[in-house]
Amino acid sequence: MTTRTAAPAGPVAGPAATVRPAARRGGVWWLPAAVVALVATVLVAVTIGPADLSVGDVAASVAGHLGLGGVLGLEPLGTLQDGMVWQLRLPRVLTAAAVGAGLAVCGVVMQSLTRNPLADPYLLGLSSGASLGAVLVLVAGLTVLLPVAAFVGAVAALVAALTLAGAIGTITPTRTVLAGLAVSQLAAAATSFVIFWSATGDSYREILSWLMGSVAGATWTSVAVTGIAVLVLGTLLASSGSVLDAFTFGDTAAAALGVPVARVRWLLLVGVALLTGALVSQSGSIGFVGLILPHAVRMLTGARHRLLLPLSALCGASFLVWADTLARTVFAPREVPVGIVTAAIGAPVFALLLWKGRRIA
Amino acid sequence: MTTTATGARTATTGTTPGPRGLDAERVSWSVGGRLILDGVDATAPAGAVSGLLGPNGSGKSTLLRVLAGVQPPSDAGARVAFDDADLLGLGRRKRARVLALVEQEASTDLPLTVLDAVLLGRIPHRSLLAGDSDADRAVAHRALATVGMTAFAEREVTTLSGGERQRVHMARALAQEPALILLDEPTNHLDVAAQLDALRTLRALAEDGVTVLAALHDLNLAAQTCDHVVLLSEGRVVAAGDVRDVLVPDVLDPVYGVRTEVLTHPRTGRPVLSFELPG
Ligand SMILES: Nc1ncnc2c1ncn2[C@@H]1O[C@H](COP(=O)(O)OP(=O)(O)O)[C@@H](O)[C@H]1O
Ligand SMILES: [Mg+2]
Repeated sequence: MTTRTAAPAGPVAGPAATVRPAARRGGVWWLPAAVVALVATVLVAVTIGPADLSVGDVAASVAGHLGLGGVLGLEPLGTLQDGMVWQLRLPRVLTAAAVGAGLAVCGVVMQSLTRNPLADPYLLGLSSGASLGAVLVLVAGLTVLLPVAAFVGAVAALVAALTLAGAIGTITPTRTVLAGLAVSQLAAAATSFVIFWSATGDSYREILSWLMGSVAGATWTSVAVTGIAVLVLGTLLASSGSVLDAFTFGDTAAAALGVPVARVRWLLLVGVALLTGALVSQSGSIGFVGLILPHAVRMLTGARHRLLLPLSALCGASFLVWADTLARTVFAPREVPVGIVTAAIGAPVFALLLWKGRRIA
Repeated sequence: MTTTATGARTATTGTTPGPRGLDAERVSWSVGGRLILDGVDATAPAGAVSGLLGPNGSGKSTLLRVLAGVQPPSDAGARVAFDDADLLGLGRRKRARVLALVEQEASTDLPLTVLDAVLLGRIPHRSLLAGDSDADRAVAHRALATVGMTAFAEREVTTLSGGERQRVHMARALAQEPALILLDEPTNHLDVAAQLDALRTLRALAEDGVTVLAALHDLNLAAQTCDHVVLLSEGRVVAAGDVRDVLVPDVLDPVYGVRTEVLTHPRTGRPVLSFELPG
């Protein structure tokens, strides 16, 4: 094409200088850096708290339990300290990492699928559904059933929301949001009703802590549930980068790029719901991670998903580990639910992002 | 004019069998019991710019979406052929390698650079797990050069003017290396220079052998640019053929409810239209 006056196709100059291509193009280093940061986060976070532990102690305990202590020539840890690392802190930190990673990935997927910057993993009423399930078994005193009830509640909410959205017609982004809102409100009302009707003084705190989200009770079972869910479903979701890219300019554009829009939307929504359900069953619904992290990471990577998805997962993991570390140390010996910490950090950060005019909304 | 970014075929002229362009027959589409397209037959010859004309609500956008395979036709009798290939029967990804659609108002709030937006056009050409290859980037840069947006590659799409954004969408379509490109009112919201510029790009593509079908509502722009036009009214084709045969008072007046006068441009010899309300 001949050059034209409106936009001389010469050497890159002028307008191009106003962005930060360096940050965008330096992308190859973000992932390894985030992996290193996460490993360091986990090791350091386990040492923080009452009882003096060092990173070396943590390494010794982990190596011992993996049967590598002898090979690496590390001194075995005292039973008490080892129990503290292996039975209490490590499961908790790893659960926080898995939950943070999963929520961040789900947040990216939901925001892209609905083209709604305010979307988060709980959009389809998942957290309200899970809360209803959890509160029902808590007031019934069947605490052992809590994870199962929460998961069932989340999946029930998903089915209700998708049925509702589908009943209105094709599942468009707006219908997804509206159906999720309806299911959310209904489940929240039912939850409040159950609490007012039957909760006793003792169960209040337990219920409130669950509703705010917490990984305080995490065990190796929690690690297994959240870890496997994140590895399996999170990897599937995180590999959908090209497909999510195709949605950037809307459903029609995606279809014109050869994406089976309806099928993809269903699959990804179900994937998000199952993963979120698994996370919620172990930690309750922790807010803001799945909402803020995607926006923050997008500022580094741009809107393409291939880097955004895995980087969000890694940053979400580190973020929630630190948030939980704050939750258990700031008011020590008392603990606050980590959901309060993420909200306390997330809300101002969100406001800041908005204020900086990043066109989030 | 250097080569464009498209997988262009050489335009063949004369009667030898060659690319025939787009040929759609009996295309219907209805929603909620209302027939929006009623058995539309439309053609767009290979290597030419064809215009899809009609008043607001006549079904231009709907027809383009059905032709693009985004909405299936509601009648099984529909046939959409392109160079003898059955477009409707083609798999989605294969179809996206043959035809590209430029929508009327595609926007995003996301911090996407122009180059990244254009690279989206490569999605149908590679595995869904693959990232951008050097070849993909080369195609994207060529597409940007074709629309004169090279200098904007690292700008964010949200910071562009309407005309610049339109060119980015065209570049994204070109990155698909289509042999057929469908555009919905590509000159909407553009100033005169940008309109002419967009249409010049389309003509250049057509000269490279790409089949171009553009919905236009400005009849004078169509008269200046198009070789072949299809005129829709209330979901039916009222007239189709050479611009000089379709853009005449007898055809236009009943469709638009105006009185048309056709002049001839002194230099190009193309029709120039002037309208007034009847009575
Ligand atoms: N999804 C839809 N649901 C209901 N009506 C529609 C839908 N799509 C198009 N229409 C109607 O079909 C008619 C043709 O629309 P359109 O193809 O956008 O016309 P044009 O592009 O020529 O202005 C309009 O009356 C419009 O309201
Ligand atoms: Mg239209």
